[in-house]
Amino acid sequence: MTPPEPEDNDILRAENIVKRFGALTALDGVTLHLRKGEVLGLIGDNGAGKSTLIKIITGYHRPDSGTLSIEGQDVQLKSVSQARGLGIETVFQDLALVNELSVFHNMFLNSEVTFKPLPFLNNREMKKRTRKYLEDMGVKIQSIDVEVAQLSGGQRQAIAVARSVYSDAKILLLDEPLAAMGAKEGAMILDLVQRLKEKREVSIILIAHNYAQVLEVCDRVNLLQHGKIAYDEKASSTSIEELTELVVAEYRKARETA
Amino acid sequence: MAKQATDEISTADRVDAGGPRTDGVARLATALWRRREASIALVAILLLLYFQSSNDAFLSQGNIRGLAQSGYATAIIACGLVMLLICGEIDLSVGSVMGFAPIIVYLADQEFVFPIAVVVALLVTSLVGLLNGVITVYLRVPSFVTTLGTLFLLTGLNVTLTDGFPKPAPEESGLTRILGGGAFSGIAWALIIVVLMHLLLTRTRWGLHTFAVGGNLVGASEAGVRVNRVKIGNFMLCSALGGFAGIMEAIRINSVDPLAGGPNVMFLAVSAAVIGGTALAGGAGTIIGAFFGTAVLAILRNGFTLQGVSANTFNIILGISILVAMTLNVYVGRLRRSGKT
Repeated sequence: MTPPEPEDNDILRAENIVKRFGALTALDGVTLHLRKGEVLGLIGDNGAGKSTLIKIITGYHRPDSGTLSIEGQDVQLKSVSQARGLGIETVFQDLALVNELSVFHNMFLNSEVTFKPLPFLNNREMKKRTRKYLEDMGVKIQSIDVEVAQLSGGQRQAIAVARSVYSDAKILLLDEPLAAMGAKEGAMILDLVQRLKEKREVSIILIAHNYAQVLEVCDRVNLLQHGKIAYDEKASSTSIEELTELVVAEYRKARETA
Repeated sequence: MAKQATDEISTADRVDAGGPRTDGVARLATALWRRREASIALVAILLLLYFQSSNDAFLSQGNIRGLAQSGYATAIIACGLVMLLICGEIDLSVGSVMGFAPIIVYLADQEFVFPIAVVVALLVTSLVGLLNGVITVYLRVPSFVTTLGTLFLLTGLNVTLTDGFPKPAPEESGLTRILGGGAFSGIAWALIIVVLMHLLLTRTRWGLHTFAVGGNLVGASEAGVRVNRVKIGNFMLCSALGGFAGIMEAIRINSVDPLAGGPNVMFLAVSAAVIGGTALAGGAGTIIGAFFGTAVLAILRNGFTLQGVSANTFNIILGISILVAMTLNVYVGRLRRSGKT
């Protein structure tokens, strides 16, 4: 497939990203563009390299070659905190929540509010903001004082998303937020993404397996296969059938050559 | 137990939320139920009452001084161990660091003035913590093994550096009087350190990150917490506290003993931490609980000694008490958790 043309309103461009782990080539020249305010669905089978790509964009891994640029500026990400400083926030599959800590401490993990210049935690302020954030996002939780261990999977996901959104994210990466989620909870997360999309303040890359859900909220879909972007189309110009056919065709081809 | 972390910070609010009519007894009961420190504190008080009723000498001034002097070093070391245990590590070498620090003071005292020698000793003990931390974090050797190594290393070094003979304690000065010269200076320092460490653990980012690292290492690092720094920092803190306790102990007994400290005091401190509610698996624990845990152990030993129980029998009783306390803690913790949801 020919790589997409750069556009003026690209907030993120990954060009020709290659990443190898020993003999395994996880990413083999990925070119992906994210436009400002859009929700981009990233699909692909297990092992296609989705998580590796996300971890490169978030500064967790460094690419072997290729470039990343944010708002037209080339960047070399060396750490997760550097990427975060540039407005890239991720909700990982494991959510990066600490079960033993309360909702509001998780909400502010590593960006805690303190009584500056004193180093003490300002719990009251963190609770206040947590309540407001969750309310804005339409997330209902019994109490923000409880440990996150006591929350449902959907609530935990919502907290992780809210945490990312409210830490001044420009680019939000959602790594399979819908996996292991019941129908009702999945709908709650999709609602959340829809709400963020309407505001258009944050650009989102959503990784998911369920094509129906991807087409429901995404503006555009990219299919990752064997470490390359194999398909790039507007959500309105494609269908579940087409996406399924692409993946299945690839599977058949792989089986025949095997 | 997972509860502690948030409890530390928010129990007060939650208990208050019971409404203005909540009566005092109910509040006390709730507080006892919610906070593990409260239950271990209650055990300490009950033991005090029991030993006092069986022997009037127990709460005499002389015996209180004895209690304070036998427990303060363990209490200080337990603070450092609580931090390490919460972030999922352990330091078995801290008892040997306790013996190591006064030897460094003795050696440095020959070159510098005494206050500088103390600073040098604290720096050197922090370096031991740095070594423990770096080997554990970067070379991925489990801290149990790393610190077992430094335990033997320092035990040997302590004897080698002194040729196996006790050395004279630092000459008396204003600073030595503050650091353990007075009858109650040890316990006063222990209380100050307990308060400061409690604030560090429950009211600062460092403390919150310590919980996060022990609770979910990968998650904390994905959230951007510098997990290696937190762990290494706590190793250094633990060693420095061990060194500080060791210097005070040398001043108190007026001798730099190459065999001071050692695994016994370390294991007592670990027991105190665990009896006080710190999870060996990480993610939960309290400084105050460890302090009361130390108090319980010191009261048990002192009380049984007053009753004429021999040291050998005492260890049997201590062992049983620890097993009972741990079992109760696990059991009550489970009850508490199931009752909450």
